[in-house]
Amino acid sequence: MSINHSKETHYPAKESFLSSFFRSLTEEIKAALVATLWFCFLTLPLVCFRINANTQKIDYLWERLPKVAIIAFVATLIWRFLRKRLSFSHVKDTLDEVSGPPPDEARGPGGSWVTYLMAAKHKKLYAILALAFLVTIPFWVSPYVVMILITALIYICLGLGLNIVVGVSGLLNLGYVAFYAIGAYTYALLNHSFGLSFWICLPLGALTATTLGLLLGLPILRLSGDYLAIVTLGFGEIIRLVLTNANFTNGPSGIGGIAPPGLFGINLNATVKPFLVNLHLMHKDMDLNKVLIFFIMLLMVILTIICVFRLENSRLGRAWLALREDEVACQAMGINRTKAKLTAFAIGSTWAGLAGVVFASQITFINPSNFTFMQSVMILSIVVLGGMGSIPGVIVGAIVLTLLPEYLRGFANYRMLLFGLLMVLMMVFRPGGLIQSTRQVYIHKPLENKEP
Amino acid sequence: MMTGQLEDNKLVLATLGVSIIFGGLTALDNVNFEMERDSITTLIGPNGAGKTTFFNCLTGIYKPTSGTINYYPTPEKLTSLIGLAPDRITTIGLARTFQNIRLFNNLTVLENILIACHSRMKAGLLGALFRDSKTRAEEKAMADYSYSLLEQYGLAKSANHLAKNLPYGDQRRLEIVRALATRPVILLLDEPAAGLNNQETKDLDAFIRLIRDKEKLSVLLIEHDMSLVMSVSEKVYVMEYGRVIASGPPEEIQKDPKVIKAYLGEE
Repeated sequence: MSINHSKETHYPAKESFLSSFFRSLTEEIKAALVATLWFCFLTLPLVCFRINANTQKIDYLWERLPKVAIIAFVATLIWRFLRKRLSFSHVKDTLDEVSGPPPDEARGPGGSWVTYLMAAKHKKLYAILALAFLVTIPFWVSPYVVMILITALIYICLGLGLNIVVGVSGLLNLGYVAFYAIGAYTYALLNHSFGLSFWICLPLGALTATTLGLLLGLPILRLSGDYLAIVTLGFGEIIRLVLTNANFTNGPSGIGGIAPPGLFGINLNATVKPFLVNLHLMHKDMDLNKVLIFFIMLLMVILTIICVFRLENSRLGRAWLALREDEVACQAMGINRTKAKLTAFAIGSTWAGLAGVVFASQITFINPSNFTFMQSVMILSIVVLGGMGSIPGVIVGAIVLTLLPEYLRGFANYRMLLFGLLMVLMMVFRPGGLIQSTRQVYIHKPLENKEP
Repeated sequence: MMTGQLEDNKLVLATLGVSIIFGGLTALDNVNFEMERDSITTLIGPNGAGKTTFFNCLTGIYKPTSGTINYYPTPEKLTSLIGLAPDRITTIGLARTFQNIRLFNNLTVLENILIACHSRMKAGLLGALFRDSKTRAEEKAMADYSYSLLEQYGLAKSANHLAKNLPYGDQRRLEIVRALATRPVILLLDEPAAGLNNQETKDLDAFIRLIRDKEKLSVLLIEHDMSLVMSVSEKVYVMEYGRVIASGPPEEIQKDPKVIKAYLGEE
């Protein structure tokens, strides 16, 4: 009976979705038209004007405009449709039906409130399908794509880590890249000097970053908002300058020849690769070490998602949320502010450290210019653009922000301009981020009533 | 009526000579204050008299310049509140609400209550990450407790709504219920009737009595609404310019010339 309750309330919601969408079809079309006009206007110089290098004149390519308009219109409609569907099937919007315990008869001393996790059964299926798809990727794409995807996965990890600090706990951190650098340098140095392997350095890198997170946490406990942002910014720069100027880090020339992660000492490229290539299961130029890193990152992202989700809905995570919402009230609820801030900082840094180790093993050569302030801004943009405090949001944000510049390469010189423009547009039209965070819903499951 | 010297073991809170000076301003001047166990005591006075400052001293947000604050969680036990951090004070049994509502706006009503259960829960980082059976049981027990609390005080219907989306009266009520979830010995309410209409104020009157009787706690109230003050309080303290100028049962306070002067000015 208890399970039926939640199911019953979901079906009618699904049925009425399409009809409700078509009922508001004219509105949808209107909204899509407005979006299309905006898009055409904003991309006009990019789409229709081209400087002819030979004649030094501007060519007007008006015939491109309708094509762009149609694509924009259809894309907007699909986007709106998907968004509406998402929010419709989403627990948040069916709250009135599912949250209120069924009227009086279901209440009673026997009832119990349990958490309703967003991962409903069909969603689990989607997740498994998506995972199966992701696992096959290295077997049919080029080495270049694998490299980009590894970067995307690293940024997802970084985004989710920073999300704990910025999105969940509300502590603006502009020096997050410092912890990333510390993870990377921990592995690089230990591997370089002592020949320690990736698998030993992974926890060590995380531990070093966590420790530094704690150390940075101590002086900033009394700060919040802008002041906190400036101190963390300074910290990020200090770390970068130390890495640039210290002898043991080899200064600006960086550290090269970092070993890729091993798999029980097997030389993957020599043993497994010919076999796979002969079966046409792999691109002939693929470096299997990169494929291994891809799988490591995939696993790490999955673990990160699970960890962050669990943290967010735990006693500790709620303390962080309370800290973000209202520091004074948070203390008045018996929460130790110091402890909450420190743990948020330290745990957020852990993921940067982990990602740093993988990053070092991926590019095999690191120097301080990999860890500039721009990187911090990039990671922060992922969190803000994706949706503060929202796990799916941060994932989408990371994918968009790392893949977009790659796929915009076709636009050559306009690449970064277009990238900036898209960011501005996204913030104007969706200030809450691509996928806004929603709270966990608790559903009342009445126990079986003995009465007839 | 209880007037004059109280027996020590009946007290739940007593301050002696509490003063606080901000720069050159004496915000609290030698405040002596006593509160009986399971009573409803009210603090009134013109704006700027130092009522909220006094609250902030009790709850650890300010540290008094001088004076003692003694708190008796049980009749036999004495704890000094001076120098304790706000979260510690909440943990040992003083919960408060705020003059301007301070809910966790972007969290659900149930989560607001769950946060208040913080100090009664044990799960740490590892518990959160591994979700062992103990942590799950604790989460469930607290969710059940929070829900039952909401149900008792008529907020169960909006358990999954964001706190900011509640009507104003419900937000006030939620703030009080959230304070209750910390299981306080003393509940401090800072102007709970601010912004409520007549009917809502009457409901609040009944609500405060209900809480006191049900949860067996002492209530300290700052309030401007005189009808509420006179009907709900068992003892009233009047403050002006950081000093206590009168104290006693409401009917005596009403006739006190000093109080009339403070409120209406000199003739």
